[in-house]
Amino acid sequence: MSEIIEAIFEALRLVLSLDADLIEISLRSLKITLSAVVIASVIGLPMGAWLAVYNFRGRRSFIVVLNALMGLPPVVVGLFVYLVFSRTGPLGVLGLLFTPTVMILAQVFILVPLIASIAHQVMRDLWREYADLLSSLDASLWQKIGTLLRDGRHGLLTASLAGFGRGIGEVGAIMIVGGNIDHATRVLTTAITLETSRGHFALALGLGLVLVGLSLLVNILVHLVAHIREVEE
Amino acid sequence: MSTATTLPIQLKGATVQRKGKVIVGPIDLSVEGRGITMVIGPNGAGKTSILRMLHGLDALSEGSLHWQGGAKRVRKKQGYVFQTPVLLRRNVLENLVYPLKLRGMARVKATKHAMDALAHVGLNTFAQHAARTLSGGERQKLALARALIMEPELLLLDEPCASLDGNATKAIEAILISARKTGTRILMTTHDMGQARRLADDVLFIVKGKIHEAGTAETFFAAPETPEARAFLNGDILP
Ligand SMILES: Nc1ncnc2c1ncn2[C@@H]1O[C@H](COP(=O)(O)OP(=O)(O)OP(=O)(O)O)[C@@H](O)[C@H]1O
Ligand SMILES: [Mg+2]
Repeated sequence: MSEIIEAIFEALRLVLSLDADLIEISLRSLKITLSAVVIASVIGLPMGAWLAVYNFRGRRSFIVVLNALMGLPPVVVGLFVYLVFSRTGPLGVLGLLFTPTVMILAQVFILVPLIASIAHQVMRDLWREYADLLSSLDASLWQKIGTLLRDGRHGLLTASLAGFGRGIGEVGAIMIVGGNIDHATRVLTTAITLETSRGHFALALGLGLVLVGLSLLVNILVHLVAHIREVEE
Repeated sequence: MSTATTLPIQLKGATVQRKGKVIVGPIDLSVEGRGITMVIGPNGAGKTSILRMLHGLDALSEGSLHWQGGAKRVRKKQGYVFQTPVLLRRNVLENLVYPLKLRGMARVKATKHAMDALAHVGLNTFAQHAARTLSGGERQKLALARALIMEPELLLLDEPCASLDGNATKAIEAILISARKTGTRILMTTHDMGQARRLADDVLFIVKGKIHEAGTAETFFAAPETPEARAFLNGDILP
């Protein structure tokens, strides 16, 4: 119990002291995950809408695979990306291993199936409502997808936020491809892992609280913005 | 609007199945000419299914459906009002702007056009309201305005006055009569025999998925041929 209280004080001390390292690590966490979420949303949200609208042969299998990929262990994704970008790998010449760029890429791989899957569920419900009307108005496939994305945007926000939650707390993949290098690729989760292994539990828990706080903050901000927009409409 | 037509529409032995069960057909029908055809019959007879078929929303299991000029143009030349109006999760005005923008009309022009259409059905004060907040009758008016806005050559209306009061019904009927005057072909369903008598030029009487009786409104209402039609018009249970 005392350790937890100590951790809370440690977290407060860290935050209030505006510890330079903490700020750097937190900002890097945010930057990497937000980038990954934006990229994965640009791919995953339209994919979800497309899956809801377009009835092609093999759609069912596609969705099954997508759902399976959602459960893909991040370490495995990390290992795969590592092998592709390692010096002897096919993209080794790019020299991206152990950089934030490749960490973003690994997260995109993890987040696309998740975001597309949730988006598909949201879009499927809306499509049930809209299908006859949009067909009647002779909308093209892309117009249908665009309409679903626009009118279902509040539900899609949930998909992206779920992606953010998954990304910001992810450690396995970015540890492998990022290497947890101080002042280069260290983020909140990998720092927590490191401090825990060093026996600095209070510091680790403190970082953990910052992580939770950041995650909450982003969620609250996004919902506030969405709410203001909704009221304005 | 281009002058190309999709009429006549010809159905030959057209049948629609759901879950292995024939829900409508076989139907032979030719939709052409002018005026208002009233599709009437008991609940579950297949009126909605016939309208959907003519609009190309449901695939035939048997028989043929032929639109003049081919299937591609059909939707652009037909307006459809669903039995339960489907509205976009947008404001009232945007519901009318939407089909215009689908056809590539510029926003300013589309907005002006949509405002005129709203005024036409008496909904202009609701322009900025969310469509989901409209009453049942207001929704139906909006759906009708949206179907009319593309100036279709064929209007398919599935009980467009179902939850409207007397005044609103009169307003809608006036709109339909003026559309008929400008040459719009109308096929609609109703359970309101008063409305059927007021508007119909022709009648299709549907029972159990088939056209049981077809003819001019005058003959149908004055001297129905079949006992089923007589019973239906009397408000009796069908034999
Ligand atoms: N998707 C479906 N699956 C199974 N059965 C269906 C489906 N759609 C319609 N049916 C059945 O087909 C029959 C005809 O339905 P339809 O909606 O065309 O009747 P209707 O004449 O429009 O009736 P109402 O006056 O109640 O609107 C009904 O028995 C209905 O239950
Ligand atoms: Mg019906």
